[in-house]
Amino acid sequence: MMITPFQIAYKNLLRKKVRSVLTLIGIMLSTWVLVSLFGFNRGYETALNRDIENMGYQLMVMAKGCPYEAATMMLQGGKGLRYMDQSMVDQITKEPEVDKVTPILMQAFFDPNKGESGGIAGFYGVDAHSYPAMKPFFRFKKGGWFKDNAADEVVMGYEAAELEQREVGDETIVPEKNVKLKVVGILERTGSQDDGTTFVPLKTLQKISQVDQITTIGIKVKKDADITGLENKLYQLKDVQVVSFSQVKQTIMKLISTARVMVFSIAVVALLIAMVGVINTVLMSVLERRQEIGILKTMGAMPGDVFRLVWTETLILCSLGGVAGILLAVLFSRFTDLLARSILPYAPKGGLVAIDLKLSLLTLVIIVVVGLLSGLYPAWKAGRIRPLESIRGE
Amino acid sequence: MTTNGWSLQARDLTRVYRRGSEEIQALDGVSLSIKKGEFVSFVGSSGSGKTTLINLLGCLDNPSSGELELAGKTVFGKGKRLGEKELTQVRREVFGYIFQNFYLIPTLTVQENVALPLAFFRKPGGEEEVERLLKMLGMEHRMNHLPGQISGGEMQRVAIARALVNSPEILLADEPTGNLDTKRAGEIGEVLTELNRSSGLTIVMVTHNPELAQLAGRRIEMRDGRAFENQEGVTT
Repeated sequence: MMITPFQIAYKNLLRKKVRSVLTLIGIMLSTWVLVSLFGFNRGYETALNRDIENMGYQLMVMAKGCPYEAATMMLQGGKGLRYMDQSMVDQITKEPEVDKVTPILMQAFFDPNKGESGGIAGFYGVDAHSYPAMKPFFRFKKGGWFKDNAADEVVMGYEAAELEQREVGDETIVPEKNVKLKVVGILERTGSQDDGTTFVPLKTLQKISQVDQITTIGIKVKKDADITGLENKLYQLKDVQVVSFSQVKQTIMKLISTARVMVFSIAVVALLIAMVGVINTVLMSVLERRQEIGILKTMGAMPGDVFRLVWTETLILCSLGGVAGILLAVLFSRFTDLLARSILPYAPKGGLVAIDLKLSLLTLVIIVVVGLLSGLYPAWKAGRIRPLESIRGE
Repeated sequence: MTTNGWSLQARDLTRVYRRGSEEIQALDGVSLSIKKGEFVSFVGSSGSGKTTLINLLGCLDNPSSGELELAGKTVFGKGKRLGEKELTQVRREVFGYIFQNFYLIPTLTVQENVALPLAFFRKPGGEEEVERLLKMLGMEHRMNHLPGQISGGEMQRVAIARALVNSPEILLADEPTGNLDTKRAGEIGEVLTELNRSSGLTIVMVTHNPELAQLAGRRIEMRDGRAFENQEGVTT
């Protein structure tokens, strides 16, 4: 029959169950905040990168205007657009850094049947050949791309088709213009803004909207090409502005940095509160057990043994609280996601909170290290208790 | 530790406590020897110095002056004063302690309480001792009970088993029956006598209980910090 210091420490925590549970809850909540924050920190950037990668191109050229409007337009669609001549496409294609180019026409029409008081229905006029080449990762749930650039057909994103309850073969009407188009393809979910988009052949949309120009040119740059150099060259073109997605990403990351600092501060405060909780619990437990600890020393426990015993209690509390907090964060990641979306200026599609094993372990290590630091003083104090003090205390 | 026939020898031990500017002489030059296998009881009124003496003999405290030898090895005196770690080393190898308040860990079972010292220090064969001692003390049926589920007398038996698990040379008992009724106190007295008689264990006991003191082969009375045996001052 043997009993290990771990068993002694564990059983001691059962002595004051309510106090131990409250401390565990404190550690669990701070772990939850911390792991969610780390998960958000990484998940947001990953989701943003995914949104940008799903664009299929790294640069966009558009008629001169506000760059923030351009950024919004790229990621969410927009109104009040300026146009540029389609010949610009040939000019850009000549640049040696350019791999692929695709012209795009964005159009928005007022749909009185959308929502309670009507809404904007956006259409994306794309080239039947160059646009699909930019998006090789698109998969069709049903059907396929339109036949040519003048076909009276549409391809709908997953959510757009769900919202309008359209199937392949159905007709859809362009509001304001009252033009009927046939649905020839419905895309699978991509997790990007393409899910809510209705794609129309470029020439068809130009005919419907009576515009023979385009709003945007998407540019895919050759591998290892000098993007900045190409950007500078494109800026020389008349009346256009160039938006690179790395710039867009930086702009958005700047926008959310304030929110990140705020949440980081909350996490630090939560961690400090948990630390004080751990110190309080373990120190109280040590002070209440002065006599018992003294007796352990009469039995042959060295100061180091007592130190380790008390430290083990801290380790158990922090490990259990940490693991519970991580589980909580994983279980409620959808809730955290919704909360983050409601307060952030811009949130990309897909999961914003990415918690994986590596991140969970990292958080657990932080919690345990911080906890063990908090347990240093109580453990040191316990190690210094002399057996005689316990006997005198009788 | 090797022995020269003496378990313990004290020469001119004094202990002075300071309370503010006041000096309290708790022990006033006590000299005594305890042979291996003896059962010695210290009696005396409260404040007579008996607990102070047993604390010094048990290496729980340092004397203000004097010498103490354990099994032929100087622990205090001759310019020697052990630090906390060295004192623990001596305590774990030489002594087993039992106290008036038992000091069992309430969350550990009887068996775990007895095994507790082995978590920190283990003499060879310590593991088997737990069950043997519990059986010897008639506590094997209570092995898996918590201290709160057993009587005071049983708690003291568990404390005795815990004190003996590392086979100490000397058992120090500070008021071992102080919290027990007459019947239970008698039972504990029998256990201690039997331990001394059958296994030759040296027992040093402090007690207020005259009947318990009578069980010991030697009875030393403490008065005003001094030790008297048969009305004579004890000397080596």
